[in-house]
Amino acid sequence: MTASYDHAHDGHDHHDHKPGFFTRWFCSTNHKDIGTLYLIFAVIGGLTGGALSVMMRAQLMHPGSHVFESGQHWNAVITSHGLLMIFFSVMPGLIGGFGNWFVPIMIGAPDMAFPRLNNISFWLLPPAFVLILAGQMVGDGAGSGWTLYPPLSNSTFQSGPQMDFVLFALHLAGISSLLGAINFITTIFNMRAPGMTLHRMPLFVWAMLVTAFLLLLSVPVLAGAITMLITDRNFGTAFFNPEGGGDPVLFQHLFWFFGHPEVYIMILPGFGIISHIISTFSKKPIFGYLGMAYAMVAIGVVGFVVWAHHMYISGMDVDTRAYFMAATMIIAVPTGIKIFSWIATMWGGSIDMEVPMMWAIGFIFLFTIGGVTGVVLSNAGIDQALHNTYYVIAHFHYVLSLGAVFSMFAGFYYWIGKMSGHQYPNGLAKIHFWMTFIAVNVTFFPQHFLGLAGMPRRYVDYPAAFEGWNMVSSYGAYLGGLSMVLFVVICFLTFTSKTKVADNYWGEGATTLEWTLTSPPAFHTFEELPRLK
Amino acid sequence: MHVLRRLFATTLTLVLVALAVPAMAQAPRNWQLGMQDAASPVAERLQSLHDLVFWIITIITLFVAALLVYVMWRFNSRRNPVASNFSHHTGLEIAWTTIPVLILVVIAIPSFRLVFFEDRTQAADLTIKVMGHQWYWEYTYPDSANLNFRSDYIHDEDLKPGQKRLLEVDNPLVLPVGKNIRILTNSADVIHSFFIPALGVQRYTIPGRTIETWVRIDRPGTYYGECNQICGTNHSYMPIAVVGVPPADFQAWEKTAKAKFAAGEAIPAPVVANAAEPTPIRVAQVQP
Ligand SMILES: [Cu+2]
Repeated sequence: MTASYDHAHDGHDHHDHKPGFFTRWFCSTNHKDIGTLYLIFAVIGGLTGGALSVMMRAQLMHPGSHVFESGQHWNAVITSHGLLMIFFSVMPGLIGGFGNWFVPIMIGAPDMAFPRLNNISFWLLPPAFVLILAGQMVGDGAGSGWTLYPPLSNSTFQSGPQMDFVLFALHLAGISSLLGAINFITTIFNMRAPGMTLHRMPLFVWAMLVTAFLLLLSVPVLAGAITMLITDRNFGTAFFNPEGGGDPVLFQHLFWFFGHPEVYIMILPGFGIISHIISTFSKKPIFGYLGMAYAMVAIGVVGFVVWAHHMYISGMDVDTRAYFMAATMIIAVPTGIKIFSWIATMWGGSIDMEVPMMWAIGFIFLFTIGGVTGVVLSNAGIDQALHNTYYVIAHFHYVLSLGAVFSMFAGFYYWIGKMSGHQYPNGLAKIHFWMTFIAVNVTFFPQHFLGLAGMPRRYVDYPAAFEGWNMVSSYGAYLGGLSMVLFVVICFLTFTSKTKVADNYWGEGATTLEWTLTSPPAFHTFEELPRLK
Repeated sequence: MHVLRRLFATTLTLVLVALAVPAMAQAPRNWQLGMQDAASPVAERLQSLHDLVFWIITIITLFVAALLVYVMWRFNSRRNPVASNFSHHTGLEIAWTTIPVLILVVIAIPSFRLVFFEDRTQAADLTIKVMGHQWYWEYTYPDSANLNFRSDYIHDEDLKPGQKRLLEVDNPLVLPVGKNIRILTNSADVIHSFFIPALGVQRYTIPGRTIETWVRIDRPGTYYGECNQICGTNHSYMPIAVVGVPPADFQAWEKTAKAKFAAGEAIPAPVVANAAEPTPIRVAQVQP
């Protein structure tokens, strides 16, 4: 692939032969440019989904509010919020964005294995995004919740094209993820630099490898389920319709066979990023590297056999519930290994509390809270009183909104200098961290109380007895909205900043291959393969 | 955290007891921190397991937090300028694999017991059928000549003073206390969830399949719940109210209700709409 370039390139040579604007950004085959596109897309998706959540909290601030015209409108917005955050913010940010940028660099590969496939993976997402928004805005909107359970999502109860828009959006996003997963697996297995054995691979690459396998094995099941839903809706089949011999619970099984691995798909790349950051700023190698890598593999494997813990009250046999309960609890073990290994990495280190490290430590603490409430919910017996309540909302937002999103911000501050060459404004970045940290805790911690008291999720209006904590939660969300605005300001200041950063601006603790390159890296990296000692 | 929670809960309980002496309405309270008071054997066991797990997870979280604070302080680059280089400690790794396993076993034993206890009642004194509809509940008493009625929420304009908005219904489900009641759920349209927190009852109602669970109400009172599975535009507007009454009162209620039902009033028969009569309302009237 280097044959067409006349000039000799070294990293400091800027005769990089970047193509023109249109070709570079719209027909891109360069993993870094595609990664950048994904990151921009993730920010747009996150801001959209975040704006919806501020609207939702405005509605829930007091009982009897009328921010939304109807329950159906509300249901459409919660559906979009969930899908946008998962498929159009966290996944493109962590997998498409940081994954594309740093997997090839960390393994010393010049690019991804299939650059054109990479391009189509990205470009499937913007139309999917438009379809999601259409699903929300056309007619009364698609109000099934992101879980899409029939019969509510079938043509009797969600008539009109909006539900089909959402389903086709998921098909496109699913194909995008699937192609991305194939690309990552091929790249990681075949394009590692000499000496980069699997057991020497950086943990972020391990995380992406496990994530890619989870996608590869789970997304087709979702695709099957929503295809059946589409034919139920439009072609008279009855896969999920009891009158025609179908079964609504079948959809739940298929959905969660995808949906549970999906939550690990969202958090494993974050685990990888956090490992790098903790190690960098402690100036120590990661503690228990192999244990860390195989803990992720274990989480991935066990993550495939726990799906029905989302269905404890849908009438499953009691022995089945007991099995899923036991399997689910087991996940606490590899997760615990990760938490304690991160702390052990910091132990004896020489810790610099730079901004990425603040996010990473925040991640560990908040993820622990989300993890332990997961142990509560894994008990089918207790879940009978907590299923679908705000306790569940609090739990998964601690894991995702405070876990995955914290890891994205940690990664942003860790790598933005490397990706852009510019320094972020340090003081504002610290304020951003503290604002977000306070906001998310004020938003989501009181939701545990609401859930314990029995407040159901997806309610547009609620009894007066839930008002107090809902009000607190809404104030938290408003502060969270402000911190999103601050983040946009920080992005702007970073890209317009005149301060350039060095190649390895984090110093001795940063040991992976991206720190041997310039900031930003040349358009084509590793034209000569690096060799690992 | 927990001390605070206990303190708060105790204060609230005292206030509540002062307000509602003869019979307690098991409704959620503003600024509540924990679960509603348990009013069935399932809810009691569920809450005692939750208490156990709550203590364990609180200790774990505080332990992790303390470790994080300690390493941030002790191994800060100002205090500890030179990092050590260790990255393995087999003993530690074995410890933090096996200790969590042991903790999980401690949780799992009562947890398995609970899930089997919750499953169904072996000796049912009474069976009721719960049917979810968009957007109301329909109750059937197969043991009382299929006595059947629907239960709607009370619209804002019809609320009487003291009634709880979005919890109160026109015709509550009336059940005898101290009896094992088999609950069979089903749905006429989409999936709903029949959820009464204080009784520890929750099952989806799914069209085309009947799901069984059970309850035994410990003491007379009104217990509130809500539909807990998204079911369309009025998902928030189909609460559940269960009135537990002593068996003798239940029989009296059943007789009048049956008579009314047999008299040919079509469904929905206003069975408990005559709640001004003495029997069931004796419980309902004393709500705070
Ligand atoms: Cu419902």
